[in-house]
Amino acid sequence: MIERHLAIDSAVSLPKNELDAVLSDLRQHGYQTVGPRLKDEGLVYAGIETLDDLPRGVISEQAAGTFRLVQAGQERYFDIIPGGQSWKQFLFPPRVTLFTARKNGHWRIESDGEPAPRYALIGVRACELAAIEIQDRAFMRADYCDPIYSARHRNLFIVAVNCLQPAGTCFCVSMGTGPRAERGYDLCLTELDDVFLVEIGSELGRSLLAKRSFEPASAFLQNAANQGLEQAAQQMGRRLDTSDLPDLLTKNLEAERWEQVGKRCLSCANCTLVCPTCFCWDTTDHTDLLGKITRRERVWDSCFNPSYSYVAGGNTRQAIRSRYRQWLTHKLGTWKEQYGTPGCVGCGRCITWCPAGIDLTEEIAALREEVKA
Amino acid sequence: MSDSIKPSVAVYKFSSCDGCQLSLLNLEDDLLDLAGAVDIAYFLEATRAVKPGPYEVAMVEGSVTTPHEAERIRQIRSEARFLIALGTCATAGGIQALRNFGNADELARMVYPHPEYLEYLDKSTAIAEHVKVDLEIWGCPVNKHLVLECTAALLQKRKPNLPQYTLCMECKLRGTTCVTVAQGMPCLGPAVQAGCGAICPANGRGCYGCFGPVAYANTESLTTTLRALDRYAGETALLLRNISGYAPAFRKAAETLFSAEVTSHKDPQ
Repeated sequence: MIERHLAIDSAVSLPKNELDAVLSDLRQHGYQTVGPRLKDEGLVYAGIETLDDLPRGVISEQAAGTFRLVQAGQERYFDIIPGGQSWKQFLFPPRVTLFTARKNGHWRIESDGEPAPRYALIGVRACELAAIEIQDRAFMRADYCDPIYSARHRNLFIVAVNCLQPAGTCFCVSMGTGPRAERGYDLCLTELDDVFLVEIGSELGRSLLAKRSFEPASAFLQNAANQGLEQAAQQMGRRLDTSDLPDLLTKNLEAERWEQVGKRCLSCANCTLVCPTCFCWDTTDHTDLLGKITRRERVWDSCFNPSYSYVAGGNTRQAIRSRYRQWLTHKLGTWKEQYGTPGCVGCGRCITWCPAGIDLTEEIAALREEVKA
Repeated sequence: MSDSIKPSVAVYKFSSCDGCQLSLLNLEDDLLDLAGAVDIAYFLEATRAVKPGPYEVAMVEGSVTTPHEAERIRQIRSEARFLIALGTCATAGGIQALRNFGNADELARMVYPHPEYLEYLDKSTAIAEHVKVDLEIWGCPVNKHLVLECTAALLQKRKPNLPQYTLCMECKLRGTTCVTVAQGMPCLGPAVQAGCGAICPANGRGCYGCFGPVAYANTESLTTTLRALDRYAGETALLLRNISGYAPAFRKAAETLFSAEVTSHKDPQ
């Protein structure tokens, strides 16, 4: 291999099997390599060693309330649109111990001394990069920075993937978050039939790639990638008109549509847990029988759980209708005032994984119709 | 801690399979801690040694199905400061409450050669239908860790951490892919109280609701969703009318379905 100069933001053509060596190098650098894997008829994010662990040739067909794995009749690794899990589980773990306190005469507080894990996330979509940015604004504020989230974030290595096969519930184009990954990655892959077109986003990404056998990216390959992305942008399964948000939501709190969706909503919390930006949690204390050890845990919570809005004297959102309205008006409305962007990236998870098949793009359209009428 | 100031606990069995009491015995290492923290004064499944009441805590497994049990539960209540209904028999009548949907006398004649020797009530009912219950721990069987948690909370005079949300939360917390969305499998999870750790979906089957309905269960919407997935006529109705079938939310949801579907699809006789 000839020593070649690679610059950040440049692109190369990499034979697919060379990615195995990148993964192996990442592990040597102390990273746990995690990526998409098939499990129980779904797609999860879990440890991967080589390309063989990826769901090659499989895509997901998604609609409101349904997800199906389908053999696509091709051999690509990354054509599958993700399942119910998102990368947030690696930065904002579902359950994490904040501290343990022991009573031995007096109370002594022990924090968890474990160093933050180092994750290399393989196959992060543009919408998912946008979701990480959104959670960063909540967890890594200048005035309050969450130590668990930020330590894990500092340790990340991200291999992004440009989306070429959006699913039926995707609408990243409407939210301006995809399908092309623009920033926030170390390496970004576009999977073509024979090779990966790899864009370099960081110094570590550059140094890992420099050791591999690659070719300069030809204009032909770059063209193929661009065309694929343009096509993908045309194939969004859903569309969301954001032009009148957040006003449409915040000014129509008593619309009839809220009643209707409140009757369908199960308040099961699935939408919030699969959402890559939802960040609500609860803290619970767990004591032993003798009252000498207590552990404080942070655990995912949801605004759909009545206990979430329980305050002294009662629950401020007793009806399911109020809880759904709270979620949607925050997600697509007041989030913007709070953090500068909507809280939605158009990944479609809340649509696919709602057992009742409630579709927020449909809800917004119906609300708009009702208000117009 | 000396025995004299350890709170006394009595464990009773009513109509049940003993599975909840076995869950207590299955606490293993924690059972020793439990025995250290409380005075187990009455627990026939574990020991013949019995100390006289009154007791600080009574844990009651099983439902009330006989006149004798209806009398006995009042006696137990009068001797206990705090009464816990343990498991879904005690909180909703249990699987034996399926007989509540038929005629008890008819069923007795079908099952027993001499039903005239039986003394039974018309219905199998929850403990709370007979006496004041201070805490209900659902489950078939109960989750032993939740029993331990409630005991610790009682000892420490704090509120127990009992999940107040749906089973779906537990699936998502453990990373289980939704069996309904990904496999079209009927699952009561969105209307069911968490607590078991979502064991069934993690093993590739839908939840059949043994922890009972969540307080805010939207059974009407769930029924609409599940009926579209029925693999045979009346599947959703039968799923609702199961271990927690006599719990009011599930009873009501199944009632209309049953009259509409199951009877009309009966095998020709």
